[in-house]
Amino acid sequence: MDLHVLFGDFTVRSVALGAALVGTVAGALGSFAVLRRQSLLGDTLSHAALPGIALGFLVSGSRSLTPILAGALISGALAALLVLLLTRTTRIKDDAALGVSLSLFFAVGTVLLTYAQRQVGAAQAGLDAFLFGQAAAVLPADLTLIGGVGLAALLALALLWKEFKAVTFDADFARSLGLPVLALEALLTLLIAVAVVIGLQLVGVILMVALVVAPAAAARQWTRRLEGMVALAAAFGALAGVTGALVSASARGLATGPVIVLAASALVLASLLAAPERGLAWHAARSWARRRALGSHRVLVDLLRLGQDHRDPAYASEQGMLDTYFGGPTGHVLRRLRRRGLVERVEHMPEEGAHWVLTPAGRAQARELQAPFGGRRDEDENR
Amino acid sequence: MTALQAWLDTPSVTIVAVGALVGVAATLLGTFLVLRRESMLSDAISHSVLLGIVGAYLLTGTLDTPLHVVGAALAGLATVVLTDLLVRSRRVKQDAAIGLVFPALFAAAVLLINVYARDVHLDADAVLLGEIAFAWLDVVRVGGLEVARSLLTLLVVAAVNLAFVVVAYKELKLATFDPALAVALGLRPGLIGLALLSLLSVTAVGAFDAVGAILFVAFVIVPPTAAYLLTDRLWRMLAYGSAIAVASSFLGYRVAVALDVSIGGSMASVTGGFLLLALALGPRHGLIARALRRRAPQPPTGARAAGAGTVPTAIREGADAGTPAPALTVPGSRR
Repeated sequence: MDLHVLFGDFTVRSVALGAALVGTVAGALGSFAVLRRQSLLGDTLSHAALPGIALGFLVSGSRSLTPILAGALISGALAALLVLLLTRTTRIKDDAALGVSLSLFFAVGTVLLTYAQRQVGAAQAGLDAFLFGQAAAVLPADLTLIGGVGLAALLALALLWKEFKAVTFDADFARSLGLPVLALEALLTLLIAVAVVIGLQLVGVILMVALVVAPAAAARQWTRRLEGMVALAAAFGALAGVTGALVSASARGLATGPVIVLAASALVLASLLAAPERGLAWHAARSWARRRALGSHRVLVDLLRLGQDHRDPAYASEQGMLDTYFGGPTGHVLRRLRRRGLVERVEHMPEEGAHWVLTPAGRAQARELQAPFGGRRDEDENR
Repeated sequence: MTALQAWLDTPSVTIVAVGALVGVAATLLGTFLVLRRESMLSDAISHSVLLGIVGAYLLTGTLDTPLHVVGAALAGLATVVLTDLLVRSRRVKQDAAIGLVFPALFAAAVLLINVYARDVHLDADAVLLGEIAFAWLDVVRVGGLEVARSLLTLLVVAAVNLAFVVVAYKELKLATFDPALAVALGLRPGLIGLALLSLLSVTAVGAFDAVGAILFVAFVIVPPTAAYLLTDRLWRMLAYGSAIAVASSFLGYRVAVALDVSIGGSMASVTGGFLLLALALGPRHGLIARALRRRAPQPPTGARAAGAGTVPTAIREGADAGTPAPALTVPGSRR
């Protein structure tokens, strides 16, 4: 199926729209989770949604999304509360608290899921879709709900932007301003839980953590500013969401969640490599250029000092001696310097081999390089 | 012999034994993970192990080869190494690195199953939730006895883990509580950690069929965490954790049968019940004991300070409740 036909399909178009929105919300709020080093809280929140999903279904007795998402949100919030209780009141560390909360809620979730199976028979078939996400199971009414809740979460983020920013980067400062730090942190966690919950149907409880972490981690590579990071993470999340929805819709039998996750992971990889300033490829190129410049500088200064030591600015230094000073072959460095008009090659009988002198331009540059390190002044040369 | 065979033929015995062995094997390693503050690595490993299993399946076309243990161990190690690489690149923090690596590997595995292995008994739901209820159906003959295959596998895995902990006890302890000293004494704490995580990957494969990926995490983290609230001594933590795992398997099975629900899920949920008990009733770190102590006049030294410490200092050799803890004695320093 080609892309044109795909976009023409109403269901696919609305699912792609839903995935874009889910990605946007998860990316924007995930930025805060990543910056606050709470990425794995996203993992706990999404796994812990399972008992809520089953309970919401059991209580309402139908597959309608509202009670299921409400249940997921409540059980996610309870799991976060359990983490807080364990870390604040006992000596259990946060990693164990997150793991405990995640695995226990998920365990109870599987119990409830099998219980739901017994109660209502095959009607629960749709619940399995929440494990890995199934775009095909999303109804238009679901999209309205996902969209409404997602936009509300974004609105809350926009309204409390300054407060969240202060709490994220400097909680002490926020406290000194009289902000209710604990309440804001709780609200932020709740909003992250909302972002997780609205993605469950598309991405699934197992992999939703990736949509929270990956777009934010990718965006972080491109910018130093929170505004930029959140906007970019939202865009990356939307891109991953749409890609996942379209790919999964075009090839039969591909679960939506994993495709979205792989798309998001690809964005992370690309950002890690290519982002300006922080990207690894960028970094490698810059340090290569620096190494190169440093080599040139060292050879220039060596030439200058050899001239100073011999009290002859036009002293012709033997290349072998420059190699020794440099600690390795200097031929390529010298050729580069000659192309830039900073050194000249001279013959210096009766000695064999290449000799090099600084041009006036080269001498000027070498002096400039030497100056910050207490470079000798001209009168020193005559001492 | 026939009595033993009859016992082995009872499905409920096999199921409880399999659950208990998963629990003990996981707890033995999990204790060290919890103390090393690396609990969430077990979550990451148990997910990405799936990629190793799928990879081995696609290479060999069957699920019953030692290769899938190797594949799983490699996938587990890949998770650890990739996470470490990301952290070392200093572009992402450790929590985010874990959250990036395992979903990617797991997603790849799920898609490979979707595309290549649709008809095989390797469907992702089973991998997540386990099929412990059918553990007794698949039997192998060993020395004239018919033993459930997963029981045998887990018996070996648990024995290997136990042997590892017993043989390397001193090294594990030192690498966990004082890595710097371990290095100074010529040990390789990094290598010991890697061995620990490799064994964890292998254990995850063994546990996969029985309880699935995520419930395995419950067995790795929850019993040691409960035991951590009950004692300050390492060997007791290992023993209490294992006992909790065995009891959870037994009680969990009963609950599952009574309610007709997922057996693995029920076993894992029961570990949570034990954690709550430990949280309430723990002799020194329990909430009730602490509330009582807060009401009683403060002892001048000792107990409270030792209890409030961080992991490496909180557990000390010979620090029994109430007595001031002597300095950590270094295993091997007597030589």
